[in-house]
Amino acid sequence: MVLISVSVYTIITIPYDEAVILWRAGEQHWLDVPRNAYPTWFSIVLQKRLPETIIADTSKPAVGSVKVIVPAGEQLRVLKSELSFRFEYDDFPSEINVFYRVHYSVSPPQITLTWVKPDGSQIELRKMAPSSDGSYYLMTDPRIVSEGLNRIQTATGERPDYELTAPVVLFGVEDASILKQETLQVMKGNYRLVIEGLLFDPHSDFDAKLVVYGKVYGWAGTDHLRRDIGIALLWGTPVALAFGVVAAISITLIQMTIGALSAWYSRVLDAAIQRINEVAIVLPLLPVLIMVQTLYKLNIWLILLIVIALFSLGPGVKFYRAQFLQLKELPYVEAAKAYGVGNFRIVFFHLMPRVLPSAIPPIVFAVPDFVFLEAVLAILGLGDPLTPTWGKVIEDAFYGGALFKGYYYWILEPSLLLVVTTMGFVSLGLALDKVFNPRLREV
Amino acid sequence: MKIPNQAVYLARRALVLMLTVIAAVYITILVANMGGYVDEIVKSELLFQITTSVRQNPAFRGLNETAFNRLVNQLYEQRLEQLGLNQPFFVRSIIYMRDALTLDLGRALFLTSDSGSKSVRLIILERLPSTILLFTTIQLMLFFIGLLGGLFLSRRYGTKTDRVLSYLATLSAFPGWFYGIFLILVFASWLRVLPYGGMVDIPPPEDRFLYALSVLKHMVLPMMSWLVAYSFFSIYTRRTFFLIYSSEDFVEVAKAKGIPEPQVRRRYILRPTLPPIVTDFSLTLVASWTGAIVTETVFNWPGTGRLFFEASVIFDTPVLVGLVVIYAYLVAVTVFILELVYALLDPRIRTGGS
Repeated sequence: MVLISVSVYTIITIPYDEAVILWRAGEQHWLDVPRNAYPTWFSIVLQKRLPETIIADTSKPAVGSVKVIVPAGEQLRVLKSELSFRFEYDDFPSEINVFYRVHYSVSPPQITLTWVKPDGSQIELRKMAPSSDGSYYLMTDPRIVSEGLNRIQTATGERPDYELTAPVVLFGVEDASILKQETLQVMKGNYRLVIEGLLFDPHSDFDAKLVVYGKVYGWAGTDHLRRDIGIALLWGTPVALAFGVVAAISITLIQMTIGALSAWYSRVLDAAIQRINEVAIVLPLLPVLIMVQTLYKLNIWLILLIVIALFSLGPGVKFYRAQFLQLKELPYVEAAKAYGVGNFRIVFFHLMPRVLPSAIPPIVFAVPDFVFLEAVLAILGLGDPLTPTWGKVIEDAFYGGALFKGYYYWILEPSLLLVVTTMGFVSLGLALDKVFNPRLREV
Repeated sequence: MKIPNQAVYLARRALVLMLTVIAAVYITILVANMGGYVDEIVKSELLFQITTSVRQNPAFRGLNETAFNRLVNQLYEQRLEQLGLNQPFFVRSIIYMRDALTLDLGRALFLTSDSGSKSVRLIILERLPSTILLFTTIQLMLFFIGLLGGLFLSRRYGTKTDRVLSYLATLSAFPGWFYGIFLILVFASWLRVLPYGGMVDIPPPEDRFLYALSVLKHMVLPMMSWLVAYSFFSIYTRRTFFLIYSSEDFVEVAKAKGIPEPQVRRRYILRPTLPPIVTDFSLTLVASWTGAIVTETVFNWPGTGRLFFEASVIFDTPVLVGLVVIYAYLVAVTVFILELVYALLDPRIRTGGS
């Protein structure tokens, strides 16, 4: 069962090699994606329809996107476009932005943006004469809020007892319920963004893209830079597995080789290896690793090499050396020696194969250690600066205030993957242990 | 002839350990400085500082370009000489190593202690107590939990409790800080009963007793995270250890002689297993003093682990080297003390052996 889960992992992850580019593309690439959005399945958990992101563009003909230009004189033309969408969710959107593109040769077009709510009430958003492409962040427009306040005051005679925000003004039901934060209601139905403009020369044009950011995105949610966490989680899987497996296998093999050489060629080589090994034991490995990483900001595969180099000495070598010292005295080795087999051949073809089976469960057990080691480096901000990994997501979440602000999904998702991976390898190790060490079966 | 044997053995071990420490420290300096790489950064930083300070000093306002440059260069050379940066790297590394070994750890490049001192030794000494407080408590608790739990389980070998605990031991596949994140999530973020991190409340309470209480409150979560992570595993390893020893012939003989069970446990099982257990304990204790970089970072605990992290972020080589040196010393001294104890206790070493 564990094997299946592990292999399913790897299969899922293979096509995600291009993720690095996506992950590092910066905020530009993720402009249409909400910030800190919950995973989509949160709607089901909370029994509440959380808004998804709605995008409407006047330059792309679609249902709900109308654009008409009527000539009104020699040069003058009138533009009227309308973006409409249905909003049937139980919660307010997180942000609303309008991105616009403008063309003109002499004087910029005069544009008026009007917001029409399902009940027909109109809110004039902005009059402008944009001279270049740009964006209009409704969240940061103080006028929307102050005019909303005025309207509410004339309608109900009272002021809301909380800080009014643009999404509430634009999407809320404006009656007594808007006065208190707990009773806020979302007005459901057809919303329209009406764009009216005067185009002053024949080639001028104006297109707008409305993005109503939701509160959910994808199966994993997004982080503070609007990036889809799912990409990091998926791409992090092969990285973590490869890192852990390669590190565990090569370190064990190198330790075994050194141990075998040390045991076989006793005297000078043995003494030298033992002394070097003692130095390695006294050196704190993680601090040294952190130091190297701080100075050089290596990429993940170089980190892997350094890890292998650093961890290849240490208590493991002593352990294998003790095992080989026992093996050395066995009759079959004596026989091989009597046959005139070379030293090299004895070490690699007679001694090491004998120990290999018993070393396989420890290798499997060691894989999670190295997966966590990578995560540790990432959490300390010392990981590979380019590759998205689980540790990196945890780091972003930790310093992005996931624990303080309650974005628990952000930290729980990568952690859960770490748990699944670790449990997978541990159970695999336990199973293999029983196969390779039959004596344990009785225990 | 007995005493000379021991003395020769100990002296030889002391020498070997000393050489080991020297080698470890030198490697650390090499890695930290990477062939003078850090020196370059330090030098350019120094030049920048001097240039700015001269520019801002009203006394030098009237100087023209060449005089200005000459003054900056002069001050720069002076500073270089003061810092000993004008000798070749090999000489510098040897000087550095000599200072490190005599615990003259020099002055930090950027970090300061809370009292404002730049002495590396002061900075480290200031941080060491909080680390020792937290991790000695944790390791002592783990030690006793492991010892008692292991003894308890080895008597109930094969029962359901035993089997459940063997499975729980797999929880130790996750490191302590990993549980730390979840514990912060549950107790600090969700239930809001314990602090997110740090060592005392801000502002720290005036009263001694309240101060201690506040520290205790901040210690709960890091302690819990390590206990959850490692206690089952330590119980499990102790159990296996005791089981191996309780099937030894001398235990069987003692039982056959009719010695009561508690006495067998104390004299025939615990006694011979204690030396390796104590070794294990003292080594993990020393290791945890510097090895808990992530735990201290996650819990914002102002100890040596976080100091190491802070120093590595801003390239403060003297602090990094100082910490590694102190760590290497601690390990070497612990190993030496253990060997001293062994040499006195273990008859095989007492007679000199081969």
